[in-house]
Amino acid sequence: MSPAADLQAIWVYLATTPLVGLTVTLVAYQVGDWIYVRGGRNPLLNPVLLAVLVLVGLLTATGTDYATYFEGAQFVHFLLGPATVALAVPLYRQLHALRKSLLAIVTAILCGSVTAAASAVAIGWALGASRQTLLSLAPKSVTTPIAMGISEELGGLPSLTAVLVILTGILGAVGGAFVLNWIGVRDWRARGLAIGVAAHGIGTARALQVNEVAGAFAGLAMGLNGLATAVLLPVLVELFG
Amino acid sequence: MLGYITLLLLCQLAGEVAVRLIGLPVPGPVLGMMLLFAGLVWKGAVPEGLDGAAQGLLRHLSLLFVPAGVGVSLHLPLVAQEWLPISAALVGSTLATIVVTAWIMQRLAK
Repeated sequence: MSPAADLQAIWVYLATTPLVGLTVTLVAYQVGDWIYVRGGRNPLLNPVLLAVLVLVGLLTATGTDYATYFEGAQFVHFLLGPATVALAVPLYRQLHALRKSLLAIVTAILCGSVTAAASAVAIGWALGASRQTLLSLAPKSVTTPIAMGISEELGGLPSLTAVLVILTGILGAVGGAFVLNWIGVRDWRARGLAIGVAAHGIGTARALQVNEVAGAFAGLAMGLNGLATAVLLPVLVELFG
Repeated sequence: MLGYITLLLLCQLAGEVAVRLIGLPVPGPVLGMMLLFAGLVWKGAVPEGLDGAAQGLLRHLSLLFVPAGVGVSLHLPLVAQEWLPISAALVGSTLATIVVTAWIMQRLAK
């Protein structure tokens, strides 16, 4: 057999195992993280964004479909569940701070929650988005499984909502620090809450990398914002829809 | 360590079961986080092994979003048709949410 045919045979074999999908995910993320660190931890060089770009390029170049890739990537994806549970640990470490400013925290999250949904719908509406798109936009700051559930309940398109949720998360993780610096908010609790409400888990992951207090508050904000949006949004749509 | 990884999975499992039984509007893992948090408050301390397991998972939390992020690329054509209102809404709303939440928290928190 020629070397090319050998390679072809090896590729056919590898394509049926989860090994490649899992390995390229880890490699792409570490490449992204390396660029991020090399680039002086510039938020624009977000490792998730870079890894996704690398992988999308790779899948397109090799003609691999997402289902095949996900065979391997699912092992990484699965860990999101236990990692979400693990957020209880940094949160517990902030118990004292939580007790001290519980009212402020709840107020900030509720206002942020309503702002997220209302401003997205208002801007989309003003620029002529369709009703289905508006309903899909409304829950975009909430963690994916809650957002897709809300979208379906409201009559939006859950798959479009999933895209908007991820885009929002990356946007918040990439741009959040600039906005917070620009308005002069230095309190790590406030910074964490803002990123957690606006950009759910992707924002929380970013906040955890920067500061433990911010990470704990972001995780809390993600959870409470999900709960608040799931309860409030159907009522708001009923009132104004 | 293994015991605490099992504990994390048990909390998630309990969360998934409870969410479906009661019909709560939150995902199982989020309820699992609340359960573990309640447990820690009750116990009054974080066991060392749990701390290690949690830190191990959370240190690379960003990585765990990569597969879902790649999945988005499949559905980007959904956005293409109304890309202008959608991108304006995403940018404007993310900005407004960050500003409102951070300002209120900074003003109210002592």
